[in-house]
Amino acid sequence: MAKIHVTTTINGEPVEFLCEPQQTMLDVLRDELRLTGSKEGCATGDCGACSVTVGDRLVCSCLMLGAEAEGQEIETIEGMADGDTLHPLQQKFLEEAALQCGICTPGVLIAAKALLAKNPDPSESEVRYWLAGNLCRCTGYDKIIRAVMDCAADMRGA
Amino acid sequence: MNALTYESPGSLDEAVKLLAAAKGNAKVLAGGTDLLVQLRMGMIKPAMIIDIKKIPELTAINEENGGYRVGASVSGAVLGEHDGMKAAWPGVVEAFELIGSTQIQGRASMGGNLCNGSPAADAVPAMIAADAVCTIAGPNGRREAKVEDIVTGPGQTSLANGEIVVDFLFPARPARSGDAYLRFIPRTEMDIAVVGAGISLTLDDAGVCTDARVALGAVAPTQLLLQDGAAALIGSKLDGAAMEKLDAAARAACRPITDKRGTIEYRIKVAGVLARRAAKIAQQRAEG
Repeated sequence: MAKIHVTTTINGEPVEFLCEPQQTMLDVLRDELRLTGSKEGCATGDCGACSVTVGDRLVCSCLMLGAEAEGQEIETIEGMADGDTLHPLQQKFLEEAALQCGICTPGVLIAAKALLAKNPDPSESEVRYWLAGNLCRCTGYDKIIRAVMDCAADMRGA
Repeated sequence: MNALTYESPGSLDEAVKLLAAAKGNAKVLAGGTDLLVQLRMGMIKPAMIIDIKKIPELTAINEENGGYRVGASVSGAVLGEHDGMKAAWPGVVEAFELIGSTQIQGRASMGGNLCNGSPAADAVPAMIAADAVCTIAGPNGRREAKVEDIVTGPGQTSLANGEIVVDFLFPARPARSGDAYLRFIPRTEMDIAVVGAGISLTLDDAGVCTDARVALGAVAPTQLLLQDGAAALIGSKLDGAAMEKLDAAARAACRPITDKRGTIEYRIKVAGVLARRAAKIAQQRAEG
């Protein structure tokens, strides 16, 4: 079985990889490209731990084939910090303890970043609905929601 | 090792040829939010996946004679940002946007929602209420079909071998028209419809309903278009008596099953309630 040759952009860098037709984007990220920040929770699109953006759209990378990355621009958690400087959302999550075990965190951060790019001043309801596809079994969500709201306020003030 | 191949044709002709040549062993990939789950679970074992998102007309939204033609693989996220569709068909847009999470909305398509053939598909009752017509491309050329004629049973469609749903035409609306979709789920987000109700109607200047379409989901093996439900609304101002008739028509049409999400009795009761509530929202929208 010939592998598929894919040319794409990940976190602003041109990337080429080979994948099997049935390999998901998540499998490609983790197993082929060693970008293991995106997590596999459910592998059925329910938990959001594998969230990435593809051309600015938030998607579950477990529900996308690696082959579909051809010509796309993909952002993963590895592209969120600027070198050693954390993204304001990452910094706020640390300051406000908006994570415990950390498995859901990369997906939550990617999803929250996509929300603030679209809506810099979301209501609490809007944050909760936007993040409804990111399951967290540790925090009870409250600290996550507060950290996103506080970060949004900081970023608006900046 | 399974011998799956992946194709991403740039034209509809090419896609139809691939699909027809595979003789039932190929699956069409739009958003993949159902397909990739089925693939992973081993529920399907296709020899080929045909990604249709590189075909321009499947991903376009175009105005046409005052209505809108929406490509079958347009995602919920894209449709939800389309001002024209939101203004003309808010019920269709809200139904589609109810499906899954933000992440699912980034990929899920109305064509996929229809062709997956789930009785609980949220976009489908709203599309049926909207009297949407789909274009279908196949080995013998193109044909049109009403959305209500596509799904024939759970997971089953009337599409012939090699046929692909290309787009949906949402017709131009008369003045004082409105539509709405409501579904009931046990939680507030991220669940599958226990009952869904889509209603589209037109009022005259006096507020009398002159045209209506009523559709239900998740209460029968396929979505239902209720002639009696429409008849209950037409000629009325959606007063109490008309609402009672609509409720009765909705309950009478249901042929649901009992499952973990709801019993037969519960689904029948809720179908009447949702139909009434959706009709009232559609009326408010029609009144502007």
